[in-house]
Amino acid sequence: MTSNLNAANVAAADAHSREFLVFSLGEEEYAVDILKVQEIRGYENVTRIANAPDFIKGVTNLRGVIVPIVDLRIKFHLDSVEYGGQTVVIVVNVGERVVGIVVDGVSDVMSLTPEQIKPAPEFGVTLSSDYLSGLGSLEDRMLVLVDIEKLLTSEEMALVDHVAE
Amino acid sequence: MDITDFYDTFFEEAEELLGDMERHLLELDLDDPDAEQLNAIFRAAHSIKGGAGTFGFDVLQHTTHLFENILDYTRRGELALRRDIVDTFLEAKDMLHDQLDAYRNGQQPDAEAYARICQTLQQMALEEMGVAVDEGAPAPAAKPQPEPKPDPQPESAAAGGGGDHLEVALIKVADKDRELLVEELGQLGEVLSQRSDGERYLVTLDTSASADDIEAVMCFIVDADQVEVRSLPAGSADSEPASEPAAPPPVAEPVVPASAAPKAAPAKAPSGKPKAAGGESTSIRVPVDKVDQIINLVGELIITQSMLDQTASELDGVAHGAMVNGMSLLQRNARDLQEAVMSIRMVPMDYVFSRFPRLVRDLAAKLDKDVELVTEGKSTELDKSLTERIIDPLTHLVRNSLDHGIETPDKREAAGKPRTGRLTLSAQHQGGNILIEVIDDGAGLNRDKLLTKARESGLSVSDSMSDDEVWQLIFAPGFSTAQEVSDVSGRGVGMDVVKRNIQGMGGHVEILSRPGEGTTTRIVLPLTLAILDGMSIKVGEEIFILPLGAVLESLQPTEEELYAMAGDDILLKVRDEYLPVIAVHEVLDVENARTKLTDSIAVIVQGEGRRYALLVDDLIGQQQVVVKNLETNYRKVPGVSAATILGDGSVALILDIADMHRLSRTKKEARHASRLPSGVNAPVPFKEVEPS
Repeated sequence: MTSNLNAANVAAADAHSREFLVFSLGEEEYAVDILKVQEIRGYENVTRIANAPDFIKGVTNLRGVIVPIVDLRIKFHLDSVEYGGQTVVIVVNVGERVVGIVVDGVSDVMSLTPEQIKPAPEFGVTLSSDYLSGLGSLEDRMLVLVDIEKLLTSEEMALVDHVAE
Repeated sequence: MDITDFYDTFFEEAEELLGDMERHLLELDLDDPDAEQLNAIFRAAHSIKGGAGTFGFDVLQHTTHLFENILDYTRRGELALRRDIVDTFLEAKDMLHDQLDAYRNGQQPDAEAYARICQTLQQMALEEMGVAVDEGAPAPAAKPQPEPKPDPQPESAAAGGGGDHLEVALIKVADKDRELLVEELGQLGEVLSQRSDGERYLVTLDTSASADDIEAVMCFIVDADQVEVRSLPAGSADSEPASEPAAPPPVAEPVVPASAAPKAAPAKAPSGKPKAAGGESTSIRVPVDKVDQIINLVGELIITQSMLDQTASELDGVAHGAMVNGMSLLQRNARDLQEAVMSIRMVPMDYVFSRFPRLVRDLAAKLDKDVELVTEGKSTELDKSLTERIIDPLTHLVRNSLDHGIETPDKREAAGKPRTGRLTLSAQHQGGNILIEVIDDGAGLNRDKLLTKARESGLSVSDSMSDDEVWQLIFAPGFSTAQEVSDVSGRGVGMDVVKRNIQGMGGHVEILSRPGEGTTTRIVLPLTLAILDGMSIKVGEEIFILPLGAVLESLQPTEEELYAMAGDDILLKVRDEYLPVIAVHEVLDVENARTKLTDSIAVIVQGEGRRYALLVDDLIGQQQVVVKNLETNYRKVPGVSAATILGDGSVALILDIADMHRLSRTKKEARHASRLPSGVNAPVPFKEVEPS
């Protein structure tokens, strides 16, 4: 029940509302803590890396810094993965690292009060609830709140040399 | 502000001081010691003591205190120097270094070693001087210092906060200036007492300003050497005048150059000067990451500039003449800027060479050999990160030269050579590389012995091998010709590590040797790791960079030169050599690459001693690239050493030649394993072609 505890902790630690950046993957809406987001940019000029998992699209040049690009749509096994004008990269800071995540679109920034953040149920094989900080309920919308730091530094993302650290 | 903020500064300074101390100790002429050098050694110990006291590093403070006392005797000529005394001093210096390291790592220094060195120093004082060195920490012996210098750590006074008592001595200052100065001091803090003492006018001040600040203010009005500031322990201001008579006599020494000590006086006068007014203004201490940030930004600037250049070159030169001129000016300025910024990272080789006199001295004594060390090209500059990594390999080579190269004095005499062997360390620039040589005038390498040893070790050798090839044998793992294993060398783990380390830095090692005349080991290194001479190649739609240093040649293979081997291995015959062929598109899964071998281009590369042919689609050109680390935000990628940014802003991967070979093997094995039904023996892996 770690997720329950997590959500409870978050609620207890933060009496005020938190802001989330909402993005879409296919039809679903996800959100990440806005404080983790560095910038949003278009998907372009990505250099492929050989022998990497398919969801790692490669690396790109972000003002002189080499940043890996992860396609969450592939990671979450979405049916259609297309790269178009709407496809954007959210550049996030996780720990000391900078990582870009490819999403179908960014919609808005939402403020959620602790009451609106519900604990995430134990579900999903593709997206373990370990990587969720809860579910945001907003009238008729449901936002999946992703703990992006945990997700991107996890072993299965293969972004970090776990042996080396 | 927390006092721990200053720890790092102290550690760095103390390290430098210890380095100076060692250098001076080694240079000391035992029969006629240079007073200036003795003073320098004393000063170093004293400065460390001051800092250690400020930061509460008691063990370090106490050790330096004892050390300082004995140094003081030698400095005053009361203790005659001998070789064993210098040895003890060096030992004490090493001990200080260990203690410093312990404090740096947040540990307490080794108490046993501390007790031992204290005893040694005390005993020395007893035996040589017949006096017991006091063990109490408050130092009466330290008081009559000939150089009432400011507290050696500028920050200590500031860190101490308010309430520090400083004694400001004004020397030979005219009355009207003096009033002005005292008034000025009154604004910096509370003047507790002031009195005249011959040419000196002493003002005791209760202030929160640091000694350096006060000096800085005073220097607007009088010369730097007319002011001396030193801190008094808080609360001791009242008792100070009583003990004062002890201080003036030595103080007077630098002011009135007594004819009794003509040699010492000029040396002391400048040393008495406040540190801040001295050489510090010529350099500043900057964290390396700040420098790296500037280098990165300049790298960006260069890339932006070349992008602009590309766009501008499409413009009509006549219609946009000013623009074109501006672009070429920008290009020149950007290159100059890059060069200037890169030079910040460069440090002189002296940084590396300075640690060898001690090593050679100790080792020569241990081996009963007379060796003279000569260093050349100390001012040759090399990237800081490389200097740090070159120390270990160079140490190995120097040890080897002393142990195996240079003969014992008797043998040398028998061979008609001077009894004292000569070991030369030299550094020089050659093109974009730096050559570092370890030259000894010893016996040279023994060809027959090497060959015999190689056969015993199971290496494939023949008598027809050239000298160069034979010399390269000593880099084979586990190879040592030493008759017996000593703690100096002979375990055979040295040279292959040396070679690997140097290759890891993008360099290589060469050996020149003549029997009876000596051996020269030459290390060739690139000047910096931040920039790489690369060859860009194209495979499919992708561009990769090969390190130019690894590329031997390139050619278009013909049918006749290609031979198939067991499995799907292919060999390429280049002159009389058969090289394994590795296709980049297979190893790195590149799509749309040319699959027909004779349409591709074979680039012959060499990495970690292996030579092979890399199949690519096209060669694009040679260029200097700025090396960017992939692991900052990602992880190690097999077959790739780093990345760089191309002129169009996209990222290209720099291939790791040695790793590509390994990756190709792993891939082939994996493919074989999946193809073969279980129970069938895997084919014998094809034998690697040894480099000639």
